[in-house]
Amino acid sequence: MGELRLMKGNEAVAEAAIRAGCDGYFGYPITPQSEVMEYLMAEKPYERTGMVVLQAESETASINMLYGGAGTGKMVMTSSSSPGISLMQEGISYMAGAELPAVIVNITRGGPGLGTIQPSQADYFQAVKGGGHGDYKMLVLAPSSVQEMCDHVKLAFDKAFEYRTPVMILSDGAIGQMMEKVVLFDQIPRRTDEEVIKQCPWASTGRPKTRNHNIITSLDLDPAGQERVNLKLQAKYKLMEKNEVLYEEIQCEDADYLFVAFGLSARICQKALDLARAKGIKVGLFRPITLFPFPAIEVSNVGNRVKGILVVEMNAGQMIEDVKLSVGCKVKIEHYGRFGGIIPSPDEVVNALEQQIIGGKS
Amino acid sequence: MTEEIIIAGFGGQGVLSMGKILAYSGVMQNKEVSWMPSYGPEMRGGTANVTVIISDERISSPIVNAYDTAIILNQQSMDKFEKTVKPGGLLIYDPNGLTRLPERKDINIYAIEAADEAGKRGLAKIFNMIVLGGFLKLKPLVAPEYIHKGLEKSLPARHHALIPENEKAIELGKELLQAIHLVN
Repeated sequence: MGELRLMKGNEAVAEAAIRAGCDGYFGYPITPQSEVMEYLMAEKPYERTGMVVLQAESETASINMLYGGAGTGKMVMTSSSSPGISLMQEGISYMAGAELPAVIVNITRGGPGLGTIQPSQADYFQAVKGGGHGDYKMLVLAPSSVQEMCDHVKLAFDKAFEYRTPVMILSDGAIGQMMEKVVLFDQIPRRTDEEVIKQCPWASTGRPKTRNHNIITSLDLDPAGQERVNLKLQAKYKLMEKNEVLYEEIQCEDADYLFVAFGLSARICQKALDLARAKGIKVGLFRPITLFPFPAIEVSNVGNRVKGILVVEMNAGQMIEDVKLSVGCKVKIEHYGRFGGIIPSPDEVVNALEQQIIGGKS
Repeated sequence: MTEEIIIAGFGGQGVLSMGKILAYSGVMQNKEVSWMPSYGPEMRGGTANVTVIISDERISSPIVNAYDTAIILNQQSMDKFEKTVKPGGLLIYDPNGLTRLPERKDINIYAIEAADEAGKRGLAKIFNMIVLGGFLKLKPLVAPEYIHKGLEKSLPARHHALIPENEKAIELGKELLQAIHLVN
């Protein structure tokens, strides 16, 4: 068993990056995720493993530093919160187009605009439907505990390199700020230059005489060429949909009703589930862990066995669109959300279930 | 067993670190824990609070709206959290600086003169450990040896020499506790 610690979600992300063998972190401070870089600066991974930690002049600079680092096959990561992630969208689209592996962590806060520093899940659309331009997707992971904040960093790096794609960890201010116990995985050594070249034959690592230039670009002015790029990307996303879906089912076997929720909302729904079952209401919880690829078939299988579904999100109704597309129209599906940094309480969620789903009002 | 606790007071009183020491001690005793601070505008305005949950089972929501125990160290927190204690639950407060004392009749209420006593003894920095001692007397969720380990883990190494003093403050807190109102 690995090392046991009590850590904030933000700290777990930072420590996990060091341990995963990350080569470079580039970021710019913003509440509620500033502890990621604070932890890294205090921990000095440049002494522990040789990992670079750099405070860039802006979020736009951070994401472009990621582009450069990833282009040379390095394991690179950035983190920010909603307004900062908006600033990165152009760079994310370029990285998707140039097929560059990187990990981007969004510790979401309430919007729109500068909004608030309190937690929110209102960046679901931006993360899952592509906040930048063009037909691209990212693999999107939604941790719901500090342990998953740690584990998902490792998973995100693995998948980023497996698929040559940016991967997003979509969390929120509450999970970033709260402390829970976490079992840290052991240090994985950073790759040597030879290992990077072997793992990333496409990367810009200095041209030996034995091969042509590796060109990292998202530009192809020939439409036929650009269509081929798009077809290749789409084939990759199809493969992710087939192989990378992750989800958790809690007490779904005998459920008459179902909560569907991700991240922090899923934790609140778990308590709501206990409260509802204590009142004799048989409710289950379906928690998507990957938001793209969305567990469409799996939620449909459970969703079509129940009498009604309440989708609980800290937004005005975003993931509910994917739930509706997956489950279809035979089952009643309603949304319950709070916005702008308000976290719904478990009793509020039970009440919404009783009013909107069981009682039939909406 | 699940204990849901809110600790609330002014920034600088050691509210967050008291919660962290309690939570880390729980981890050392192999409990499930969560520590959820206020980090928002209210904290910047001077008040701080933290929700600590200690359980034998996997913790579902780290955010709750009713607590088994409220530890209250200023007036704003009394106004905000007295009503959130579950019926039959526990409220511990330091009367120092309070203008309105708790009024509920359906909960157990204890006072602890921690700020006053800490001032007299020159222990202002470990005032929070006196309060923690009062809580642990009533709810011994974590054994003393694990509190010791929790202190070791929570405090930076340069402060480890102060651990015995912290432990004495915890013992002092146990003596200072006064019952104000008890539910039969």
